[in-house]
Amino acid sequence: MLKINNLHASIDGKEILKGLNLEVKAGEVHAIMGPNGAGKSTLASILAGREEYEVTEGSVDFDGKDLLELATEDRAREGLFLAFQYPVEIPGVSNVNFLRTALNEIREYRGEEQISAKDFMALVREKSAIVELDAKLASRSVNEGFSGGEKKRNEIFQMAMLDPKLAILDETDSGLDIDALRIVANGVNTLKSAENATIVITHYQRLLDYIVPDFVHVLYNGQIVKSGPKELALELEEKGYDWIKAEFSI
Amino acid sequence: MGYTENDLAKDLENSEYKFGFTTNIESDKAPIGLNEDIIRFISAKKNEPEWLLEFRLKSFKIWQEMTEPNWAHIHYNKPDFQAISYYSAPKQTKKYESWDDVDPEMKATMAKLGISLEEQQRLTGVAVDFVMDSVSVATSFKSKLKELGIIFCSFSEAVQEYPELIQKYMGSVVPVTDNFYAALNSAVFTDGSFCYIPKGVRCPMELSTYFRINEANTGQFERTLVVADEGSYVSYLEGCTAPQRDENQLHAAVVELIALNDAEIKYSTVQNWYPGDKNGDGGVFNFVTKRGICERNAKISWTQVETGSAVTWKYPSCILKGDNSIGEFYSVAVTNNYQQADTGTKMIHLGKNTKSTIISKGISAGKSHNSYRGLVQIHKNAQNARNFSQCDSLLMTDECGAHTFPYIECKNPSAKIEHEATTSKIGEDQIFYCLQRGISEEKAISLIVNGYCKEVLNQLPMEFAVEAQKLLSISLEGSVG
Repeated sequence: MLKINNLHASIDGKEILKGLNLEVKAGEVHAIMGPNGAGKSTLASILAGREEYEVTEGSVDFDGKDLLELATEDRAREGLFLAFQYPVEIPGVSNVNFLRTALNEIREYRGEEQISAKDFMALVREKSAIVELDAKLASRSVNEGFSGGEKKRNEIFQMAMLDPKLAILDETDSGLDIDALRIVANGVNTLKSAENATIVITHYQRLLDYIVPDFVHVLYNGQIVKSGPKELALELEEKGYDWIKAEFSI
Repeated sequence: MGYTENDLAKDLENSEYKFGFTTNIESDKAPIGLNEDIIRFISAKKNEPEWLLEFRLKSFKIWQEMTEPNWAHIHYNKPDFQAISYYSAPKQTKKYESWDDVDPEMKATMAKLGISLEEQQRLTGVAVDFVMDSVSVATSFKSKLKELGIIFCSFSEAVQEYPELIQKYMGSVVPVTDNFYAALNSAVFTDGSFCYIPKGVRCPMELSTYFRINEANTGQFERTLVVADEGSYVSYLEGCTAPQRDENQLHAAVVELIALNDAEIKYSTVQNWYPGDKNGDGGVFNFVTKRGICERNAKISWTQVETGSAVTWKYPSCILKGDNSIGEFYSVAVTNNYQQADTGTKMIHLGKNTKSTIISKGISAGKSHNSYRGLVQIHKNAQNARNFSQCDSLLMTDECGAHTFPYIECKNPSAKIEHEATTSKIGEDQIFYCLQRGISEEKAISLIVNGYCKEVLNQLPMEFAVEAQKLLSISLEGSVG
């Protein structure tokens, strides 16, 4: 589904990704871990299409398409979803209006009919239940006045509504208490299928107790320096990142 | 009857040179220029009583003594008032008995404007007084309103049918001496709307007038008078659209609202006149005087969505004369390309316990300039007066400007006045967030801007709010920088 090959990227002339390789297949959950500043969020931003970053080398294939050639909104319409580390507030725009606009734009791109108000509301009810999101939040302005936990749950709610092929969760566990973490993880697990894939970016192993990855990758200094089964996460938790640094620092 | 068309025809025949024009009296358009004779021509054309002609002539004299105001933060080539035709009527001046009689071309125009009158009447129960180039060509729902004693008609008709009401209230809120454009309007106004709600009557439908500037080089001088008698309520909608135009068009309307004891008037405007092209050529000059007076316990609420015009100069105001009266002003002003807007409100607190609220949302794009100018004046007898003002500016590019000129004059120490102002640039993070959800940039901006204006849009009646949202999106197309 996703094939990243020798990806180099920089911002303001500073190279952040230095030849990153990663392959994600349908039905898989990949965890990307690493110390602060390793380039985890940069990777998420580049895949989603943030313009500040410049890709200097390498390629990204997403379901047979050259991802880097696609506009940001078209990447989303092709089925790439990013759960933001810091979800953005849009005052005055209700969550449902926002999502209905998004859903219809995606449908239009795919040559599908607009969703009817009735079907849409039914979908909202069904999907908001997955993350135990209060129906009232669905009609409130996008993320405005939401608590940290509500914002993250709202991200997963949006993910459920848009049903992406590939979801990238960028530090979704940050700022969550244990109950919210469980709810968010439960939501992600519910949405998992043989047709979609998930990349979980996290600093801590904690989230991986709930969202069990098929593969764990360690991102350090702009490269994936180590990959392994889920046990690798435990090892990292136990030893910290210093041993990786010691092993790979140049 | 005073001076009639026939009389004028005779006069014209006899004194061709004196009047300076040789217009066939059949003509539906006044010759270009402005002098006393033109005013007499307009008055005669409309078969007006003597007192109204005198009102016009007096206004004209006053206007001649005045100079155009130049304190506003706008720059434009001053209109040549002698290069304008002050009266034009559609070819067909006959009133229609039913909708089937309406000229199909007229109907097509209305459809283009997105207003299907038939639909509106049937589905929403909106009574529409459609003003095309100064003459009201269609009035509907009149009989239904009449049952309740509500008068809703063209200004000209009101002059003929209800002269005592017009004489009593016209110029009582906006005196002819008020300002340059109000004086000009008072001299040359051609038509407009009149509305009277009797004591204790709650008008059951939104009253709506659509204005449109049609013919080239025709100044529009509309006059609107809304009188809400004691304990009555009315919601009045005014909407405007104009086709593209190369030369500047002058629009100088006067709107007067009178809310007697315990009455409430809600006045909503969506203004979308031709703003000029991308290079700032053409576009309507909109110099409007709007003001309302509130007697005891009365309330006037102005809501406006201003997206059009090359130059806007407009300050819908409230005189809170009666104790416990309330004034509100909700405004969205959008400027793009080279548009300029200087708009805001005046809240004049005279009575005790008077309250006013001002919510102004300015959106500037392109190279435009958008100014909020507001006055909150608390007079010495206005015990316990309250005002809350919030003025927000949203910038879409690095080349546009947003300005805020709040004036506060307070002569009573018990008053409470709050003023909040913010200026922000449209967030790249917000746009990226929308894009990442599959929403196009245009739609994203539309969503964000509509969200930003929500407090104001919420004040509009439903069908108007939808139209306003569309206008906001259209006005800001391709505006991100």
